[in-house]
Amino acid sequence: MVNKLSLPKKIDLLPGPFGPKPRKKISQRNIIIYGTLLLVSVYYLLPLYVMVVTSLKGMPEIRLGNVFSPPLEIVLSPWVKAWSEACTGLNCDGLSRGFWNSVVITVPSVIISILVASVNGYALSNWRFKGADIFFTILIFGSFIPYQVMLYPIVIILREIGLYGKLGGLILVHTIFGMPILTLLFRNYFTSLPEELFKAARVDGAGFWRIYLRIMLPMSLPIFVVAIILQVTGIWNDFLFGVVYTKPENYPMTVQLNNIVNSVQGVKEYNVNMAATILTGLVPLVIYFVSGKLFVRGIAAGAVKG
Amino acid sequence: MSGKSRPNQLFRNLNAKIASIPMILTASVIFFGGTLWTIFYSFTNSKLLPRLKFVGFSQYERLWSTNRWLISIENLLIFGFLSLIFSLAIGFLLAVLMDQKIRFENTFRTIFLYPFALSFIVTGLVWQWILNPDFGIQKVVRSFGWDNFNFDPLYDAEIVIYGILIAALWQGTGLVMCIMLAGLRGIDQEIWNAAKIDGIPSWKTYLLIIIPMMRPVFVTTLVLITSGIVKVYDLVVAQTSGGPGIASEVPAKFVYDTMFLKQNLGQGFAGSTMMLLSVLIVLIPWAYLEFGGKKRG
Amino acid sequence: MPSVSVRGLSLNFGDVQVLRNLNIDIEEGEFLVLLGPSGCGKSTLLNCIAGLLDASDGQIFIKERNVTWEEPKDRGIGMVFQSYALYPQMSVEGNLSFGLKNARMPSDEITRRVIRAAEILQIEPLLKRKPSQLSGGQRQRVAIGRALVRDVDVFLFDEPLSNLDAQLRSELRVEIKRLHARLKNTMIYVTHDQIEALTLADRIAVMKGGVIQQLAAPQLIYNKPSNLYVAGFIGSPAMNFLPGQIVVSGEEASFTTKDGASISLQGYEASTSLRQGGEAILGVRPEHIQIHTEPIPGLTIPVTVEIDEPMGADSLLWLKFEQQSLSVRIDADLNCQEGTIYHLEFNIPKSSIFRKDTEERI
Repeated sequence: MVNKLSLPKKIDLLPGPFGPKPRKKISQRNIIIYGTLLLVSVYYLLPLYVMVVTSLKGMPEIRLGNVFSPPLEIVLSPWVKAWSEACTGLNCDGLSRGFWNSVVITVPSVIISILVASVNGYALSNWRFKGADIFFTILIFGSFIPYQVMLYPIVIILREIGLYGKLGGLILVHTIFGMPILTLLFRNYFTSLPEELFKAARVDGAGFWRIYLRIMLPMSLPIFVVAIILQVTGIWNDFLFGVVYTKPENYPMTVQLNNIVNSVQGVKEYNVNMAATILTGLVPLVIYFVSGKLFVRGIAAGAVKG
Repeated sequence: MSGKSRPNQLFRNLNAKIASIPMILTASVIFFGGTLWTIFYSFTNSKLLPRLKFVGFSQYERLWSTNRWLISIENLLIFGFLSLIFSLAIGFLLAVLMDQKIRFENTFRTIFLYPFALSFIVTGLVWQWILNPDFGIQKVVRSFGWDNFNFDPLYDAEIVIYGILIAALWQGTGLVMCIMLAGLRGIDQEIWNAAKIDGIPSWKTYLLIIIPMMRPVFVTTLVLITSGIVKVYDLVVAQTSGGPGIASEVPAKFVYDTMFLKQNLGQGFAGSTMMLLSVLIVLIPWAYLEFGGKKRG
Repeated sequence: MPSVSVRGLSLNFGDVQVLRNLNIDIEEGEFLVLLGPSGCGKSTLLNCIAGLLDASDGQIFIKERNVTWEEPKDRGIGMVFQSYALYPQMSVEGNLSFGLKNARMPSDEITRRVIRAAEILQIEPLLKRKPSQLSGGQRQRVAIGRALVRDVDVFLFDEPLSNLDAQLRSELRVEIKRLHARLKNTMIYVTHDQIEALTLADRIAVMKGGVIQQLAAPQLIYNKPSNLYVAGFIGSPAMNFLPGQIVVSGEEASFTTKDGASISLQGYEASTSLRQGGEAILGVRPEHIQIHTEPIPGLTIPVTVEIDEPMGADSLLWLKFEQQSLSVRIDADLNCQEGTIYHLEFNIPKSSIFRKDTEERI
């Protein structure tokens, strides 16, 4: 309730400035800020533009023009060719083969790596046991070690358990290398949940798995989404593990793409190459544009280690 | 009494321990064990297959007299140094601009960050196309009249590493900007108010107050960028395949080629051990700074 | 000549009116406290005076100068923040001298001012230390010092003691009072703590919803609160409120409660006339009530003991009357059994009566 006594009659203002300070909308400061940002945006958007534009031109037009000129005549055949006819060293099935390989690699890898890491993160945050921290520290440190150092020992291990060259082997590798950041992500998230929930459940007699399934999981939807975004992007974009641990017919899309573009002798079909490049980048790009803020949250989690 | 407590210790939190088996195995067998294994075998004579014949430091001697390795190290140093400086500078400057309460912040951030969502292969290939001398930047500038303009990082051994640098910055600076922006936003608004009352101009506040306050963020970013630099592989494979010749060779590629294509495991192991060392040189001081104090307390 | 003047000051954040047409004249050397709960606009008002926020309408004058469009550094103010806002990587000396160095003051002048401020605030031994090596109380002194070295007319304080523990708070409260006595500068102080307000202020402005509810000296606010809100906000333990009617018969006025108990209003100093009668609320502070064992007609109301809260020197006795609980301050030694019936006499000259519809004091 507004007290009438405190709203005085309108007092005449004295001469001189009143109200907010007049500020120009188009000030020098704004020009510098927006100008710089726009210029930098050009640097970032240019490659995307070039990719799209090149993939829609016919080869004769490409030879005559330069990478920046827009297509005079839009052609869709490069896309078709990239998908189903482009030749790698081995066959001419196009990228479609690599696409399905990537799907077959990514889906199980994402599911398994996230399940394993989430249970692990839960164990670390709520059920501390002796030695847990030591192993976790080694895990995190390990994520900084260059992969090359561990490549060959893993080859040997996979050979021993009969998974070398098989899909299962690659899934295992992705689970292993996804563990540090995912476990960190889940551990931090579960630690931030109110401890009372957990304690109340224990008082009620619930055990490790029950609490995980009934209480933790339902409350963790946002962090699972972040984890999925991180893993799908990371695994889909992977090249090194794809090339080391699979046989050529199982190569993921990234490896196929590289083969199509870089190992073909003779006439380079730039438009097909660009179409193929876009196709390979499409899945993570779509995820990125759709997920927006969650994507940023995921990588921020990776950056804020320990 | 004591006899009873022993088995209990192991079975306490049994479920948690079972759940953590993957982490324990990964940390001990893969990360710790695998690294030791590689280092160990770098002192052997392994060729196509690992062999237990010790040859002391001869793999390393050979490594450091191999031209290809030396070039890869030189490239890594140039690339690493420039990458670090430019990423931090550009990332920080962009973050400062974005912190000015601008409109379209989300749009700009989306634009700066989308390259990070792409594979290095995609990045390498698209920049390979843009830097193409016949159709790309060189051609465009020449078509404006500067006939003598030369910018051919794909075929010019002297500047090829800069082509890779441009592509790497394109991919990575968005991330640095996001981290820096988060750091900037973590600074208490009252510090800004106090500086305003003191009459300190904006640029001075950034330089003398804000940046020193953000030291931890800079350090963390530095460690992140460094570990990424040492790993650079896909980008080189896609953009230049290490060429022209071996001019854009990098250690990660050298190691892979040596191990799997040249069937010289011993050299590969020596190379990867060297890579590990370079990371440890940065990692150990940082870990000591971050966690050393806490462990004592 | 007022030291600080605010005229017609309003501030909108979008659709929300945070400050409504405020007018205040602060005298030279006065210690004015802006008091209110969070969200009442007190910090916003302070930030407008400081120049950290632009007002949507109105003017601000400091020492007769219209500073409405001036930058904070040109307004002749110094400010102390709730979180101290010390520059973390500079020493105490660095913190104190940074603004002066930026203004290109000659270094001997800077040194003179820094030493003088350090002396007044007793932080000389701390000059070489960094903020992280200081305690909360020491940090706050440095923050005050930073405003001191600016040699300004007006000091602004934004809840400076809120981050300190209770003991430090009372220590520094006295320090600030001593500082004001010594320097005699105009000081504008924002707080939500009424103890700080009552002990430090020459005048208090009680604020709510962007409006000043009452602007007066502490004793006046305590004894004659201008509306129901101020009456309930100031004073701990809080004032008791009894709803009822003012009944006028001839020259006498009395207050009748819902269930018919009647209390004479003789001795009440009304600012407007009691003759209007009507529904009203009677407000009495716990220390202004006396307990009788026998009823006195026309003067007391019957109550039943509920519970007793011992508070050291006194106790707070809670008694049930009609549908509500009343609190009375009694001596700690008195033992009151639950269920006992007593009769309360109110100190009418020290009470306040508020109209039910406007909530203003009669």
